[in-house]
Amino acid sequence: MSMSGGRALNPGRWLGVPMLLCMLATVLFAAPIRIWGLQLPEPVFAMVPAFAWAMIRPSILAPFAILILGLFLDIFWGGPTGLWGLSLLVAYAMVLILRNAMTGQSRPMMWAWFAGVTGIAMAAAFLFTMLDSLAMPSLLAVFWQFLVTALLFPFAHRLVDRFEDADVRFR
Amino acid sequence: MPFREGPLGDLKVPLTWTAAVALIVAAVIAVAFLLADRRETLQDQAYGVTRQTVDVVAKPVSGAIAAPGRWTGLGLDYVRSYFFTASENRRLKTELAEMRQWRDRALALQDQNERYKSLMGLRTDPPIPMAAARVVSDSRGPFANTRLADAGSERGIQVGNPVLNERGLVGRVVGVSRGVSRVLLLTDIASRTPVMIDRTNARAILTGDGGPNPKLEYLRGVDPIQQGDRVVTSGDGGVVPRGLPVGAAVKGLDGRWRVVLFADQSSIDYVRILLFKDFAQLADEKELQAKTLPPVTTEDQQTSILSIPTPALTPAAPAPTATTPPAATGAQPKPPVAKPPVATAPKPVAPKPAQPKPAAATPAPTGAPR
Repeated sequence: MSMSGGRALNPGRWLGVPMLLCMLATVLFAAPIRIWGLQLPEPVFAMVPAFAWAMIRPSILAPFAILILGLFLDIFWGGPTGLWGLSLLVAYAMVLILRNAMTGQSRPMMWAWFAGVTGIAMAAAFLFTMLDSLAMPSLLAVFWQFLVTALLFPFAHRLVDRFEDADVRFR
Repeated sequence: MPFREGPLGDLKVPLTWTAAVALIVAAVIAVAFLLADRRETLQDQAYGVTRQTVDVVAKPVSGAIAAPGRWTGLGLDYVRSYFFTASENRRLKTELAEMRQWRDRALALQDQNERYKSLMGLRTDPPIPMAAARVVSDSRGPFANTRLADAGSERGIQVGNPVLNERGLVGRVVGVSRGVSRVLLLTDIASRTPVMIDRTNARAILTGDGGPNPKLEYLRGVDPIQQGDRVVTSGDGGVVPRGLPVGAAVKGLDGRWRVVLFADQSSIDYVRILLFKDFAQLADEKELQAKTLPPVTTEDQQTSILSIPTPALTPAAPAPTATTPPAATGAQPKPPVAKPPVATAPKPVAPKPAQPKPAAATPAPTGAPR
């Protein structure tokens, strides 16, 4: 659906709906299901809006929406409060800084950028966990979560595609 | 009235800069949250009201989401049992024949164990009550490994209670609300559990790292562990009772000793929460809370134990060694007598090591060692 160029974005549509969808997906994938001894993967769905929101446009509300998403992840998963809030904000800041370099690139290249930013978020979470718990998380477990999160790029691409042209002031 | 139509509608704010400021403010808030977090202390106070509220809300939602998966699993089990009944029957018969031998041996050992306990006057642990619960949510990432169980404070569950499934230890309760409790798994990076190697009694601390196989740290002793050794809880520190099965020892790719958890071998639907209350449940709390202390009695009712003894009148008493005659030892349970036991003077009845002090051969005037 195309939107008129000059109209400001409705925060409920480009921030609220993706945020709720992320929360729902997180709750869904936390179901204790085991098939042939294998559990569901646990991707960080919040990486999708953290990447896409920074790509769409700079915003005052987006960092706080990311913070809320991160706090939800921490509390729902039972991790240290603030861990994912801070890690996602690091990723968001990276995309915001590199936004001009990323815009207009091909889809595979954007996927690579998404994987790179996801790697930065995971590295930040790894570092913050080390500082908070004074212990080193399993690198293999971190890698698996990075891998399944990097596979979420099509959702981020869809979100960027939908709202990128909605506000031409930031193209 | 919309903002753009108001008096501040023409105010032009550089959005990039304000967005940057918003980002910094949000980051500062996140840092403050992270610094204020006390999750790793695993204390009751560290689990705040926000977490409790989220758990209470998440329980029915996650329970409803998990239900189809559980039903599918039950359906698959039913179909599998229908098609594989004959082979399963054969397997169970073989297992039953093997288990009968183990049953006889277990009964004999139990009987022997009871006799030893009664002979030694051992005070064994009381039976621990437990509450069954269903897992409704499960987080498995590298930075948090917890589960949400649908039983809470109304069932008597408290922070610190150990959690098991039918195979072994799963973790312990770190947060309790009404109707729901949060279980920190052994694999979580904040988890530390005192364990021992069943074969050698060597102690270690089971340390989670977010992976499936937690590490064994601070292993003590010479050659304390071998591949496949059974690891159980040691009960040290009183957090978990002694002897709960944990897993089998394996050497990891990184050269560290790790544990393959028994709990991972079975389904994760249902857990048992032991209502274990530290060592406090081993003692009679009413007796401990008694206001009046028992009277202090001494051998000599006339003297206090706090009074300074007079060394000139009471030379050092001999230690109760082999030189003490049977008559003197037999007189110990009697009330103390004032007169010196002249008739029970010790005689050297057996070769004894050289006594450096002559006083050691002299009986104490009170007739009993102090």
